[in-house]
Amino acid sequence: MATVDEPRAESREPRRGEASSHIPMATGGVAAPPPARTGWGPILLATLLVAALAFPWVFRLPYHRDLVIRVFLYAMLAQAWNILAGYCGQISLGHAVFFGTGAYTSAVLQTTWGWNPWLGLLAGVPVAVAISQVIGYPCFRLRGHYFAIATIAIGEIVQTLAINWEFIGGARGLTLPFQKDSLPAFQFHTSKYPYYYVALVLLVLCLLVSWRIERTRLGYYFRAIREDPEAAQSVGIPVTRYKLIAMAISAAFVSAGGSFYAQYVLYLDPDSVLPLSLSILICLLAVVGGVGTLWGPLVGAALLIPLSEFTRIQFGGTGRAVDLLIYGGLLTSVAVFQPAGLVGLLRR
Amino acid sequence: MALLEIQGITKRFGGLVANHDISFAVRPGEIVGLIGPNGAGKSTLFDVITGYHRPEAGEVRFDDHRLVGRRPDQVNRLGIGRTFQKLRPFHAMTVLENVMVAAMQHQADPWAARREALRYLEFVELADKRDSFARDLSTGQRKRLELARAMATRPRLLLLDEVTGGVDQRTIPTLLQLIGRLREQGLTLVVIEHNMRVIMSISDRIVALHLGEVIADGPPSEVVKQRRLIEAYLGDAFVVPSGEPRASGEGLRGAGEGRA
Repeated sequence: MATVDEPRAESREPRRGEASSHIPMATGGVAAPPPARTGWGPILLATLLVAALAFPWVFRLPYHRDLVIRVFLYAMLAQAWNILAGYCGQISLGHAVFFGTGAYTSAVLQTTWGWNPWLGLLAGVPVAVAISQVIGYPCFRLRGHYFAIATIAIGEIVQTLAINWEFIGGARGLTLPFQKDSLPAFQFHTSKYPYYYVALVLLVLCLLVSWRIERTRLGYYFRAIREDPEAAQSVGIPVTRYKLIAMAISAAFVSAGGSFYAQYVLYLDPDSVLPLSLSILICLLAVVGGVGTLWGPLVGAALLIPLSEFTRIQFGGTGRAVDLLIYGGLLTSVAVFQPAGLVGLLRR
Repeated sequence: MALLEIQGITKRFGGLVANHDISFAVRPGEIVGLIGPNGAGKSTLFDVITGYHRPEAGEVRFDDHRLVGRRPDQVNRLGIGRTFQKLRPFHAMTVLENVMVAAMQHQADPWAARREALRYLEFVELADKRDSFARDLSTGQRKRLELARAMATRPRLLLLDEVTGGVDQRTIPTLLQLIGRLREQGLTLVVIEHNMRVIMSISDRIVALHLGEVIADGPPSEVVKQRRLIEAYLGDAFVVPSGEPRASGEGLRGAGEGRA
């Protein structure tokens, strides 16, 4: 039996007199960011944002900067995955396809037709969205694990196609031309700060979109579909259409992340932008942080990306894979002791 | 002019004929009780009407719309709400959110949907539970939640599957009052129910199914006397040779309560 004083239930509703917010309530279930109701939220957010903006000026080592850039990138990817898998409940293990689409579209447009990389990034988004719909339409007929398995298969097929497609560089991959530093050229060699801020902007954008989704009909429909697709239909929700919308939003952000990656690393091949391991990593970050929450994917990325780095530096390199043992052990601990994700700890 | 017209519906699952050539009509404002032993095909018929199953033959008309071939969400948007025999609330959402999601069909704005949802929760007397998670409710409360959720889509016809099934005896009067108030609001209802006392008291008309076929259709007082119905529930040992049951409805009542 439910009791009204269940701790999580408190967050369902704005306190009396708290009329300033136009949001009817912190969205329920797993989608409510705890700061939103405490009043600490805005302060915490502002602090985080200032810290993020100031970081490269405080920690000047390129190594640290690179690490945080990757945290931002992977947090964004995980959050984009979360829109489809966390909110809407469709677990995809093929998101590398969209990452690769973004990376390859911008890279091929640039190397073959001399397109500006920024335009390439924008061009990658509709391509990835189109591909997501072609994948989604048949696959959304499958439920649960079967959907996940289908997306793994599609990811493998796409990687194999890319390896054998000479036009996009085949297994050798593509090297992007080295250019002089400039914002239009998306290249910054003397100072890598701009990459940092581009990654930050992408992440913030993705978080804003997620935040907005949680508070509109879209978010409610996504969660209803996750809970019970048949019941969702019974209240008039066109389930497949909304799954496709979730897939499109998710693919768009992952594609932008892929384009960013290509420009940042200036080299891509099927092994670096289309592997199954990338799809799994994206999923893993969100799961460890907290699926279906606004902050979970960021928390997951902020912990796991540096952690894998740390264990690799401390214990790796000897050919004994001790680093992977420790990394895997930590992951297992989270799965066993905090299955709701690390964000669940904050809720207590 | 009928609001809902079921015309020769046949639905098979492999070799099993769940519905065989079922026809009946529901007039506006009517409460029709759909009865029959387990496996008679009642829930299957609901699934056919609401688009979850596609029948092999027949047509369902609702207000001049043909329903066969439409998806469940399209059927709902035409004005048919339903509840499920095996309850399907959105477990990890609050009671209020469950109803809000349904209300959003007409109110995209969450605030407006929330106001409307609260009205329906008050109607089913569940407003005090609005912040509980649906998974934490008792069966009776979940039934009322499903009712509020179905109503929030503003249907003209409500299909209620087993209103009192699994609900403790004290809660039944509350549910019956609710159904009475639904009728006052001008809703048309088709109700599946195993509790005979309940269904006889609320229905204007009874349609009885047995092994996928309609075996009786008429006012409650007439239907209970029909020989085939008594046979279906109790076997022919209970039918006295004259065709009259031993005591009107007595055996039926026992059978119904045994189930409920």
